[in-house]
Amino acid sequence: MTEKLDRKTIITKKMSRNLILIGLILGLYALLSFSFGGNAYYMRILTLASINVMLGTSLNLILGYTGQLNLGHAGFMAVGAYTAAILTTSYSTPFFVNLFLGALLAGFIGLLVGLPTLRLRGDYLAIATLGFAEIIRVTALNLNITGGALGIRGVPYLTNFTWAFFLAAITVWIIVNFINSSHGRACKAIREDEIAAEAMGVNTTYYKVLVFSMGAFFAGLAGGLFGHLLTIVHPSSFTFLKSIEYLVIAVVGGLGSITGSVMAAIFLTFLSEALRKFTELRMIIYAGALVLVMLLRPQGLMGGMELQLEHLDPRNWKGYLENFKNRQVSKLRSKRGDRNGNT
Amino acid sequence: MAILDAQNLTIKFGGLTAVSDFTLHMEQGDLVGLIGPNGAGKTTIFNMLTGIYKPTEGEIFFGGQSLKNKKPFQVTQMGIARTFQNLRLFNELTVIDNIKVAHHLKVKYNVMGSIVQTPAYYVEETDIQQKAEKMLEIFGLEYRKNELAKNLPYGEQRRLEIARAMATEPQLLLLDEPAAGMNPQESKHLMELIRWIKKEFSLTILLIEHHMDVVMGVCERILVLDYGQTIAEGAPAEIKGNKRVIEAYLGDLGEESTDA
Amino acid sequence: MSEALVNFLQQLVNGLQLGSIYALIALGYTMVYGIIRLINFAHGDVYMVGAFIGFFVAGWLGEAAIIPALLLAMIGAALLGVTIERLAYRPLRSAPRLAALTTAIGISLLLENLVRLYVGPNFLAYPEMIKRVNHYFGGVLISNVYMIVFGTAIVLMAGLQYIVVKTKAGKAMRAVAFDKDAARLMGINVDGIISLTFALGSALAAAAGILVGITYGRIDPYMGIIPGLKAFVAAVIGGIGSIPGAMVGGLVMGIAEQMVVGYISSSLRDAVAFFLLIIILLIKPTGLFAEFTQEKV
Repeated sequence: MTEKLDRKTIITKKMSRNLILIGLILGLYALLSFSFGGNAYYMRILTLASINVMLGTSLNLILGYTGQLNLGHAGFMAVGAYTAAILTTSYSTPFFVNLFLGALLAGFIGLLVGLPTLRLRGDYLAIATLGFAEIIRVTALNLNITGGALGIRGVPYLTNFTWAFFLAAITVWIIVNFINSSHGRACKAIREDEIAAEAMGVNTTYYKVLVFSMGAFFAGLAGGLFGHLLTIVHPSSFTFLKSIEYLVIAVVGGLGSITGSVMAAIFLTFLSEALRKFTELRMIIYAGALVLVMLLRPQGLMGGMELQLEHLDPRNWKGYLENFKNRQVSKLRSKRGDRNGNT
Repeated sequence: MAILDAQNLTIKFGGLTAVSDFTLHMEQGDLVGLIGPNGAGKTTIFNMLTGIYKPTEGEIFFGGQSLKNKKPFQVTQMGIARTFQNLRLFNELTVIDNIKVAHHLKVKYNVMGSIVQTPAYYVEETDIQQKAEKMLEIFGLEYRKNELAKNLPYGEQRRLEIARAMATEPQLLLLDEPAAGMNPQESKHLMELIRWIKKEFSLTILLIEHHMDVVMGVCERILVLDYGQTIAEGAPAEIKGNKRVIEAYLGDLGEESTDA
Repeated sequence: MSEALVNFLQQLVNGLQLGSIYALIALGYTMVYGIIRLINFAHGDVYMVGAFIGFFVAGWLGEAAIIPALLLAMIGAALLGVTIERLAYRPLRSAPRLAALTTAIGISLLLENLVRLYVGPNFLAYPEMIKRVNHYFGGVLISNVYMIVFGTAIVLMAGLQYIVVKTKAGKAMRAVAFDKDAARLMGINVDGIISLTFALGSALAAAAGILVGITYGRIDPYMGIIPGLKAFVAAVIGGIGSIPGAMVGGLVMGIAEQMVVGYISSSLRDAVAFFLLIIILLIKPTGLFAEFTQEKV
């Protein structure tokens, strides 16, 4: 049995881990801006990648950790993008405040959408979220304040790499901390078996709605950044296809793996840019790659595993290799066992 | 005072009366068995007691409080925990996380606390970890703690489900066929365990079971259900000789043996 | 007749015509969902491919070749549907549901962009397979094209209903939808039945594609996205898995859409479906025709 650790040791231990992580994030930022700072094109792609990280991870929180299908993430993104753009162009409130208010409104809309729809299960929920996102888009298309079919033009170019990078880092940080708490475990329990989760005392409605509006909040935040990067907010930016883009990030990265979503977001942003030259073939390659990844690795690249701080320490690598080997061996064995066991 | 007082429960699905006029009083420390042929309404009673189904008629009191309009998670918070006939583990979570989920309702730090990771968060998380490990130790599953629940052999999955229910720190434990699919040796061992946890945690237990020997061996009082009706109630010895009980079971004998 | 009534009846006729096309597409969604619990996002694109096969057959045999165009498009789409199922969905049958869903979306994008690569991104004028003749019934315009579209849709749906209810294959289909494992134990070739379901659904979608081409006179590689989504919504409204439900859902959807376009605004055309969906889901989540089933605990 483990001995009772005193309060102070636990806290210092965890705090030092946090400090290392903060150091790594700052280091990564310095490295990226030092290496690509001179190249506006690369900085723009990195900014876009950061925005996609926010959208991919926040969607994964809903899909991968809580098991609630959401095919309307772009709708919440639109709410944030429009709100922030309207505030910037019509009122002279600071950028950060506009982003935050956009995110807050998106979160609130998430709450409103979530309350009635989250009692639906599985595919019904998927199609309802798709419907809501489409309604949000059509609303934007028909309102005056959102510029109707023209959208909002001339949004100031305020989103730079620094904003996007640090907001993405904060988003990921918050989501990871949430997941690794008792609240996060409650969400995973809902994903695994809603009835059993309820029987363990988990208020399933509360957590589903909470996670849904949390995801919408971050999508709104990312939407605000997105609008101020493109300098135009237009209804056609937030179609069903856009929601699919984030679904693909979450699924390809691996449902239930935040590091997977981060990597997939970065990789897919760059892939999409690299394919820009082949306009005709771009979507064919993208779609073909998507189908292939799913067929070969349906659980996604990371398959619910996380890349952790310890994994970066070369001293641990030998052990991982051993573990991997053992797992493969036991997998083979259990396969053989299954075949023998079948009657 | 009775810990559980279920009064005249009746539930209808459409035109079908699944359970009619079911009454059960349990005192603190009781170990009652609920038996009956397949489809007699045993699990339906569990579902009513835990708030999954709303009884059409009748009312349930737990520790003097009515369970009317209580949602399942609230019933668990009040102190009733259960297991499921067809295992409902959190398959893709590790064994220890399965247990930790059950500690959820005792956690005091809120969502904000988890995001900024307050000292209270660290302390409580460590505490939960230790409690969960201790619970696994009691059920002999400590050596499996980091494996995924779905990879456990059947018997251990059954034990894990009981451990998970115990981790909610209930006063009343409802066990739905805990020995299903176990061999005689395993089920004997399980019964000893149930008797032991009942004493150790001063529990009250209501148990559904198909294995006759198990029920007779461990329960102090038995209720027999057939077609939603309570056809007998009493000590194991009385039940064994009861004519209606034998009839109900003989009629169902063929089915019983295929299902074992 | 008063002008208001004529106008209303005209919208109703237009709605029925549009609805019969939604119903044809919705049937494929509902059958596939009923049997393998997958929202087949590529179904709208099978409908698009069907329209294009008809386009090319007419180019080859002449404009009047509506019957061969219809038949070849239905056969071609059926083969396409079966191939998609065999190559992309069958390997994922036991994988996480989202993997299959994502694959379906991938196949959908793939089909759209392959066709686009071949024909270009623009609208193509559809051959005039039927010489349009306008008939007026008390002021209500019902052209022969409308009659043929509606009539074909009804005949095809009746044919499907016959197959599902009266034939042995149809019985097997219902058995597989109800319980795959039990059906397999009863000696039913489950994989074969699933292929058949895809073939039937895809053939109906292809017919819908040609009827749309004839009605509106133009097609493009992305024509399947919005009608596909709407047809799926129609299937959900009718009660997913239910064949009569898909028919009724499609008609309800078509009429509702036409009424909103006629009386409110055509810019709300695409939102109607989703408003309708959300209302239905909130009132009767399983749709109009499906039986409510509570999860067994």
